[in-house]
Amino acid sequence: MTRRGSLLGLALALGALVGLGVAVGVLSALAILAGFALLAGTAWLSPRAVRVSGALSAAALGFVVARVGAGPGVGLLVALVLFFVAWRTASPAVLRRVTFLLPSLVLLAFVTTLLMYHAPGNPFARERAATPQIEAALRAHFGVPQSAGEFFGIYMRRLIVDGSLGPSIKVQGRTVESLLAPALPISVTLGLLALCLATSVGLLLGIRAGLKPRSFSDYASMGISLIGLSLPSFVIGAALSIVFALKLGWLPVAGWGSYRQLVMPAITLALPYMAYVARLARGGTIEVMQQDFIRTARAKGVPETAIVLRHALKGAILPVVSYLGPAAAGIMTGSFVVETLFSVPGMGQWFVKGAINRDYSLVLGTALVYASLVTVFNLLVDLAYAWLDPRVRSER
Amino acid sequence: MTESPASTAGRGVRGQSPTLRAWRRLRKNHFAVVGAALVALVALACFTLPALLGLDPLTTHPAARHLPPSAAHLFGTDSLGRDYFARVLAGGQTSLLVGLVATVTCVVVGVLYGAIAGYYGGRVDEVMMRLVDFLYGIPYMFLVILIMLLFSESARGDPVPVFVALGLVQWLTMARVVRGQVLSLREREFVLAARLLGAGDLRVIVRHLVPNVLAVVMVYATLTVPTVIILESFLSFLGLGLKLSWGQLVSEAVAVVNPLTFYWWLLLFPSGLLALTLLSLNYLGDGLRDAVDPKSR
Repeated sequence: MTRRGSLLGLALALGALVGLGVAVGVLSALAILAGFALLAGTAWLSPRAVRVSGALSAAALGFVVARVGAGPGVGLLVALVLFFVAWRTASPAVLRRVTFLLPSLVLLAFVTTLLMYHAPGNPFARERAATPQIEAALRAHFGVPQSAGEFFGIYMRRLIVDGSLGPSIKVQGRTVESLLAPALPISVTLGLLALCLATSVGLLLGIRAGLKPRSFSDYASMGISLIGLSLPSFVIGAALSIVFALKLGWLPVAGWGSYRQLVMPAITLALPYMAYVARLARGGTIEVMQQDFIRTARAKGVPETAIVLRHALKGAILPVVSYLGPAAAGIMTGSFVVETLFSVPGMGQWFVKGAINRDYSLVLGTALVYASLVTVFNLLVDLAYAWLDPRVRSER
Repeated sequence: MTESPASTAGRGVRGQSPTLRAWRRLRKNHFAVVGAALVALVALACFTLPALLGLDPLTTHPAARHLPPSAAHLFGTDSLGRDYFARVLAGGQTSLLVGLVATVTCVVVGVLYGAIAGYYGGRVDEVMMRLVDFLYGIPYMFLVILIMLLFSESARGDPVPVFVALGLVQWLTMARVVRGQVLSLREREFVLAARLLGAGDLRVIVRHLVPNVLAVVMVYATLTVPTVIILESFLSFLGLGLKLSWGQLVSEAVAVVNPLTFYWWLLLFPSGLLALTLLSLNYLGDGLRDAVDPKSR
């Protein structure tokens, strides 16, 4: 089966190459496949090789982030520290994940570039067409040549050598990092707040429901959580703002800056995930409460509160922790909508504006920042999961 | 549902197939039954009523703007005097269609991908699942928006790009689930028997493995429909969605919320129907999951 398997794999790779070649050109297709082969190849690195590649990958990521954020000196320092920390302390499983990070971010940037270039229109298309000379001068100024591959090369070089995400094409005279720098903390604050709210309240509701399945409170809280899952967040947000801002006047309608303005966006963003966490926690609690060790604990007279805190909590938390990764990605997505609804000046607006205006560097910059946040967060979640559940700790 | 072996043997009852038992369990779940009925009812209304009653969602009546619900206009009229009942039903058609088509896309891609990865296992599986991992790491709204941009301005509001984009980002979970199932199924005797009888890989996958995962696939497909409908409404809210869908109607209504005049019917009817449909689908999906796999409660 394995020989036929590898034949099939080869056939699939060839098919993908031909398909991509027709769609985006042979060179780009080869580049995508090579990038993906690199990604897939991380699975077969020996533990020794993984130590080197993982440390290098962590150092490179740290360098770029610190380089853009603080400058070349800090970048080098951070890279060195990360390299040694990763080299000395991290386990092979973690390093394998870290090795996976760098090529996947580069591949993401490349695919995003290709998609943008293949979208109809370009950032220099105006209603009054510019002369070819002017367009050529603009393209040279912003570093946006006709081919996607060259753009990608210029972009990466600028990112590593100059530590810049490039000038925004549509927002005059601003660089992408100067646009994103004030927006990033806002999005992160809102996202983390929503995530904390979703997990804490969701866990409470879920465990409460799971301890007494099929009771009234179970049906009530699960019903409410299903409603939370069944309404688009902008409807919930609009309903909240009608009641609390327009009718009661307790909270400001929109904007950003005070704590009171944080409340409604965070709740709106958190609600669907709170509902899902509650359902997961309920399932986990029900399952763990049927285990033999719970009966043993009851039999030897452990108080019910201690049983819940010691055992049920753990059973409820595990599925929730593994959901945190997808939840973080989902909260990012939701934040596009919630930021628009409540006029929060976060990063989502820049991505949407950039995508609609074909502002290539703005889209790519936002995508990279979001993707790094999500992938690093996913890595942390995996680490937490391995720490909580020893069964997944061992390296294959 | 657990009958003791002795009693069934004594009555000489025919063996119950797992499907039959799952069906029985599903019918006993009132929430799921009511959910299924409501979805069917809403779909029936959206697809038959406009033709039956001769409703027109597009003609504007400048004299009849913002009329509250009445006998003539069941759901009132919107800012251009269009009959809102007709618009909500037409919007329902698109939303339901998007949910259905994107889910079918997601099922076809996800099941084939997952089945191939799980059946061959080893390196093929490793490589294929790496791709899924990679795609999982990307906030999927990016992909949707970028794929939407591939279609020209004039095609915006056209359903096909939305179908493709939403279907293409939703197959990942399906592929993972199917792969996990196939990975354990392929060790079973019936697969060996089929192979001994000379069935090729393709035949084993399509005729023997895929039918065995269909129950689980159906559960996830039912739960994918609401997700897709919600995603489409997000796109509508950001101005990238369809021309006339529930999401678009709701986001239009949200946009005109202001402290002075509140046209409640514009917000209430589309979002109410949307919520009702999604709630029913979620209950149905949950019921299906409990019926197919009682342990996963």
